[in-house]
Amino acid sequence: MAPEPPLLTMSGITKSFPGVRALDGVDLDVQAGEVHCLLGQNGAGKSTLIKVLAGAHQPDDGVISWRGEPVTLRSPIAAMRLGIATIYQELDLVEHLSVAENVHLGHEPTTAGFVVRRRSARASTAQLLKRLGHAEIEPGRLVGELSAAQQQIVSMARALSHDVRLIVMDEPSAALDPDEVDNLFRIVGDLTADGVAVVYISHRLEEIRRIGDRVTVLKDGRAVAGGLPAKTTPTSEVVALMTGRNVEYVFPDRPTAAPEGTPVLEVRGLAREGEFEPLDLTVHPGEIVGLAGLVGSGRSEILETIYGARKPSAGQVSVDGRPLKTGSVRAAVRAGLGLAPEERKAQALLMLESVTRNVSVSSMSRFSRGGWLDRGAERGAARAATRELSLRPDNPSVPVRTLSGGNQQKAVLARWLLRGCRVLLLDEPTRGVDVGARAELYAVIRRLADEGLAVLLVSSEVPEVLGLADRVLVLREGRVVHTAPARELDEHRVLDLVMEGSPAS
Amino acid sequence: MTQHASPPRDDTGKVPSAGQPPVWRGLFAHADVRTLSLLGVLAALILVGGITKPDEFLDTRNLQLVLTQASVIGVVTVGMTFVIMSGGIDLSVGAIVALASVWATTVATQEYGFGGILLTAVLVGLGCGLVNGLLIAYGGMVPFIATLAMLASARGLALQITDGKTQIVTVDSVLDLGLRDAYVLGIPPLVMVFAVVTVIGWLVLNRTTFGRRTVAVGGNAEAARLAGIDVRRQRLYLYLLSGLCCGIAAFLLIILSGSGQNTNGNLYELDAIAAAIIGGTLLSGGRGTITGSVLGVLIFTTITNIFALNNLQSDVQQIAKGAIIVAAVLVQRRTASTT
Repeated sequence: MAPEPPLLTMSGITKSFPGVRALDGVDLDVQAGEVHCLLGQNGAGKSTLIKVLAGAHQPDDGVISWRGEPVTLRSPIAAMRLGIATIYQELDLVEHLSVAENVHLGHEPTTAGFVVRRRSARASTAQLLKRLGHAEIEPGRLVGELSAAQQQIVSMARALSHDVRLIVMDEPSAALDPDEVDNLFRIVGDLTADGVAVVYISHRLEEIRRIGDRVTVLKDGRAVAGGLPAKTTPTSEVVALMTGRNVEYVFPDRPTAAPEGTPVLEVRGLAREGEFEPLDLTVHPGEIVGLAGLVGSGRSEILETIYGARKPSAGQVSVDGRPLKTGSVRAAVRAGLGLAPEERKAQALLMLESVTRNVSVSSMSRFSRGGWLDRGAERGAARAATRELSLRPDNPSVPVRTLSGGNQQKAVLARWLLRGCRVLLLDEPTRGVDVGARAELYAVIRRLADEGLAVLLVSSEVPEVLGLADRVLVLREGRVVHTAPARELDEHRVLDLVMEGSPAS
Repeated sequence: MTQHASPPRDDTGKVPSAGQPPVWRGLFAHADVRTLSLLGVLAALILVGGITKPDEFLDTRNLQLVLTQASVIGVVTVGMTFVIMSGGIDLSVGAIVALASVWATTVATQEYGFGGILLTAVLVGLGCGLVNGLLIAYGGMVPFIATLAMLASARGLALQITDGKTQIVTVDSVLDLGLRDAYVLGIPPLVMVFAVVTVIGWLVLNRTTFGRRTVAVGGNAEAARLAGIDVRRQRLYLYLLSGLCCGIAAFLLIILSGSGQNTNGNLYELDAIAAAIIGGTLLSGGRGTITGSVLGVLIFTTITNIFALNNLQSDVQQIAKGAIIVAAVLVQRRTASTT
């Protein structure tokens, strides 16, 4: 390679959020014209890294150099001016505007500074779409009418409408059919032939082998390997890099005897079209069942459907043998289900309220007569529930927003403990929880199970599912591909299953 | 007023005292910075009134008049506060007051006397609230649109009923409530109704499951739903409540004006929203107090009165009101960011 400096060098990038160190001294260098793949499990820091690169996050520490010159990416516009474009997984298009309007959003060709030259915008859009092999997309159509794959093409056209030198693609193939993926790869090939660099994020190893030049592996906020050859590094080495943890989680002991008797939660043929295929599962009192899978495998959708927050297209959920009214959260709660959702702040907590009120919200009828609240009883019960989970600080009158992530999660668990729920559905229970606080949360969950609760756990962190659950269902693209007791599985095997869909040798 | 270093407070503004219930209870027991500053503004206004027009402003009759004028819009504002707390809005309150006041004063209704007028006003208010609530909670309509539609239709219906004419009330038992003879210890009956509605509103918001659910729905509707709260039914009840308050306000207005007109309650929606906002209610829901809203109403009414006594025109009043809304929100943003 020519002795000129790399297109992009990031060195020692560090970024912390309250309670979490998302990036811890990450290095990354990207050459012009290469496809550089980023690999890592969920929570490894990939999203944070590309947001730093896109100018959406400011790093706490570290240096970014562009063509050998140190730069500061103060804002997404600053990054765009340098020639860095990012195509996010969740496309950032305006559905009610046309394709051409979206492509030129923010830099419309104008006459006299403000009159948009619509014809010229459409012509240049048509040209870009043709270059991307999708001349059939009409520049005048509304983006909301296009398929997901077409919207992605529009997003790419928007990136190319700038003088782009580096494109970041965050799991671009996740929403695509196989032949659309082929077209995507052809586009990536054309771009790199023109000297454009691509940072490509994917969970699918086979894609990385097909188009990648080099691979950087992230784990727990660090780059554990930089610039490995993408085509020749053995799969086992890549998986080992992704999984070998520095932080050893301490998981509580499992009960020795397998649960017996009748299951408290029984799911039969539950399905939602386009999200997950018919699913059967049972959870006994005292048992923790884990669902392992990647983003998009249908994990959260399954939990929310069991809980009644989404209406199933088929199937039945029963508690103690009694079928639940489908699609009704209230029926589920009354039958003894409780959900600790993935997005704690958006879906579970009343952020303006005290811990007490957050804990008591599902059990208010217990502290009221004819709608009149007995606030003393409420406070006492909330205090007892939060003490049982050792929630800190030991003062339930403080606003819930002042708690750490782990203690906010305990407040959600205390809500269901107080309600006297029998089946706990946990969606990513340690998301946003400090590494140090996780072990304590694991111990709490196991203790609740030992006291007779049935727990259904969803996590994208494979070690968490394997360490905590008694039995594991492995999901891939809305389908259960494997079921086994947790002790018969290891992380390698599960990762192979969720990424490749078939057990590795 | 002094502002001490603020320890963590819960949403009622109370300093957590290790679970000990406060000894001193009452409307102003949990007075926080926000409430105190509203009281300060009101005190300053009274000072201004007392200095500029010492004889007229502090006259008992004038103070009775201010409170009476505050009563009608005050009752509406209590209902509005609940709706805004839940993350909604009710633009139809003025129109509902108009419709209820004319429906309750038709010749046919007046034949049923006092009870007929009161019952009709309340039922019309509840009926309009029911329609609002059903459209919003179960029809999935945005509150702004649904209540805007109600605003238009209720005003139209009020015009149709009256044909633009003023309907004079001839029922003496209703009219008597507006006379000085009906004052108890110098307090007009209208003001007593306002006080009772305020106290009930405060108790419902702070001491009942209904109030808690309202706050939960407004603070985070998705979290409330996933916690097992029937969010739609709660929304329905809230618009019914607002309608009920409009019905009561319409009855007060009938007593006050001795008539029913289709132009009654003009722009009440804006006054009620403004009073709630000044009182510290978040327009996005989840936070607000009845005390603050009522103080907002009193501040507005006092300003109007002082301006009128000083012979300032209503255009100046409007400009001053606008400035006060902006100032109140700016001050609240500052206190919110420092606590």
